[in-house]
Amino acid sequence: MAVKLEINGISFSYGSRRALRDAILTIDGSEVVSLVGPNGSGKTTLLKCINRILKPKGGVVIVAGKDVSRIGLKEIARSVGYVPQSAAHSFPVSVFDTVLLGRRPYVSWGISPQDKEVVAEAIALMGLEEFALRQFNELSGGERQRVLIARALAQQPQVLLLDEPTSNLDIKHQLEVLQIVRMVATEREIAVVMAIHDLNMASRFSDTIVCLRRGEIYDIGSPADVITEETIRTVYEVEVAINGNSGRPHIVPLAPVAVAVN
Amino acid sequence: MIKQPVAICASSSSEAYSRFTARKILASLLILALLVVVALVATTIGGVDLGVGAVARSIVARIAPWSGLTVDPMADVIVGHLRLPRIVMGILAGGGLAIAGAAMQGALRNPLVCPFTIGVASGAALGASLAIIAGFGLIGMGRYVVMTNAFLFAMGTSLLILGVARLRGVTPESFLLVGIALMSFFGAATGLLQFVATEGELVAVVHWMFGSLTGSSWVNIATVAIVLLICIPIMIRYSWDLNAMACGGDEVSKSLGVNCGRVRTVSMLLASLIAASIITFTGLIAFVGLVAPHITRLLIGADHRFLLPASIAMGALLLVIADTIGRTIVSPVIIPVGIVISFVGAPFFFYLLMVRRREYWQ
Repeated sequence: MAVKLEINGISFSYGSRRALRDAILTIDGSEVVSLVGPNGSGKTTLLKCINRILKPKGGVVIVAGKDVSRIGLKEIARSVGYVPQSAAHSFPVSVFDTVLLGRRPYVSWGISPQDKEVVAEAIALMGLEEFALRQFNELSGGERQRVLIARALAQQPQVLLLDEPTSNLDIKHQLEVLQIVRMVATEREIAVVMAIHDLNMASRFSDTIVCLRRGEIYDIGSPADVITEETIRTVYEVEVAINGNSGRPHIVPLAPVAVAVN
Repeated sequence: MIKQPVAICASSSSEAYSRFTARKILASLLILALLVVVALVATTIGGVDLGVGAVARSIVARIAPWSGLTVDPMADVIVGHLRLPRIVMGILAGGGLAIAGAAMQGALRNPLVCPFTIGVASGAALGASLAIIAGFGLIGMGRYVVMTNAFLFAMGTSLLILGVARLRGVTPESFLLVGIALMSFFGAATGLLQFVATEGELVAVVHWMFGSLTGSSWVNIATVAIVLLICIPIMIRYSWDLNAMACGGDEVSKSLGVNCGRVRTVSMLLASLIAASIITFTGLIAFVGLVAPHITRLLIGADHRFLLPASIAMGALLLVIADTIGRTIVSPVIIPVGIVISFVGAPFFFYLLMVRRREYWQ
């Protein structure tokens, strides 16, 4: 499997507060990678450094063989799709128009029948045909999330970034969205990187877990390697019990660690 | 779930979308057709009853002098020098302020923005007041000082807003906060000038601030038309980027390859230039720049590819209707269009907002 994304020594600071230090990561096509870690550990920062929504200070990001600091935003947008945490309020726009924005990196003015076909296909893949001409604002949280994923797929990306794709959804829709993500990763050989809070969902749907702590990568590996009682105690300062019946670790939170030393 | 009949459904939603956009184009053309009809009818309405035939002959003779039509000289003067300039200026002013408002609302993703809520108009008002009351002018002399002052202060204000916004980061919040601060400041300065003004000066300032199409000349019209011809195509070219920014915000727009800072800066600058060049000749015509884009959005949605051109027609339509009412309702007194537009536009807007129950802003 070809390497789709290579992150080497990326750092980032918000003013004087360092949010990310020296992150190193390599991701293949069809691989689903979850970034986990407590609030402020640098998950979202790392995600946004990949497609230069944030400009990292030092380090290299290589997407499909190209250094993203050397190509324009438009060219990055042709290989990296981004799904934000949630869509902010906005003017009335149809679902089709929203997904059509995924073609922005390819069109200058007119949209070709082929652009429309790519959009229609993404809409069909996400099961959104019946909503295609409805207003985005009228949809439920799960439907909106699917629209935003469809938009990212319309970019025909090599790498798909998702920022907390399940945080506003009920359990059924969480499962649904993550199944979709898994499916597109496999079928289109896309490298998926998602920031996610729910460790059990991460464990269930990822090939690789990247655990971040205070802006540094604390551990990388398969869910079984990374999601352990010690790691979670150190990183989250929480005592957990781990069940591994289903082949993948499943945590049951017990209590916060009383006093955090260090 | 989700996967089976991809191929069939794919083309069907793409076809449905083509019909969806065709309807938008049709609706835009209908607004345009309505504008043409209203403008022509408006030329036949006025203090002197000329009749459709005389007006039509006069217009045709003006557009096509080689047609050899015989025109009644009085009709020609009334149509060519009084009514047509007024109506054509109304079309340009309404259309220009509307597209300026639409672009500003999209670029700042805020439904409350227009040239008046962002300080440009207050700048113009201060410039005009300085000329009328304090006799202070930057360029020119005589009655032109009011115009040049209004224009230069309006553009100065928008450059100031852009400058400060650049220091702070070119976010919508920067523009709004700086714009509102400047608006209050200029409002206070204008208020102070009015406080010390003589009665005669006060009347002149108040009249200027009402905004009126009286005194529109073909020279003024040509000036505004040139500005519009330069600015509007550039704005419309940014439609896709404005769509991304208005619908997704800056982070998402960047992820779609849009240079938000540049699009926002250029759109704001062009919108200010349009507004300033119109206000210079007409005085403050508020409301149309705020509401025409909203009415258009309610009718055809927020896709800027259609919204921007259709807003022009809608703004022009509203302003011509308002001005025609203003100059006929208590004729021979002409109520300034700046006043009438709010009387006409507000109830219409309110009606649309109530009737269209879709979730308009959320």
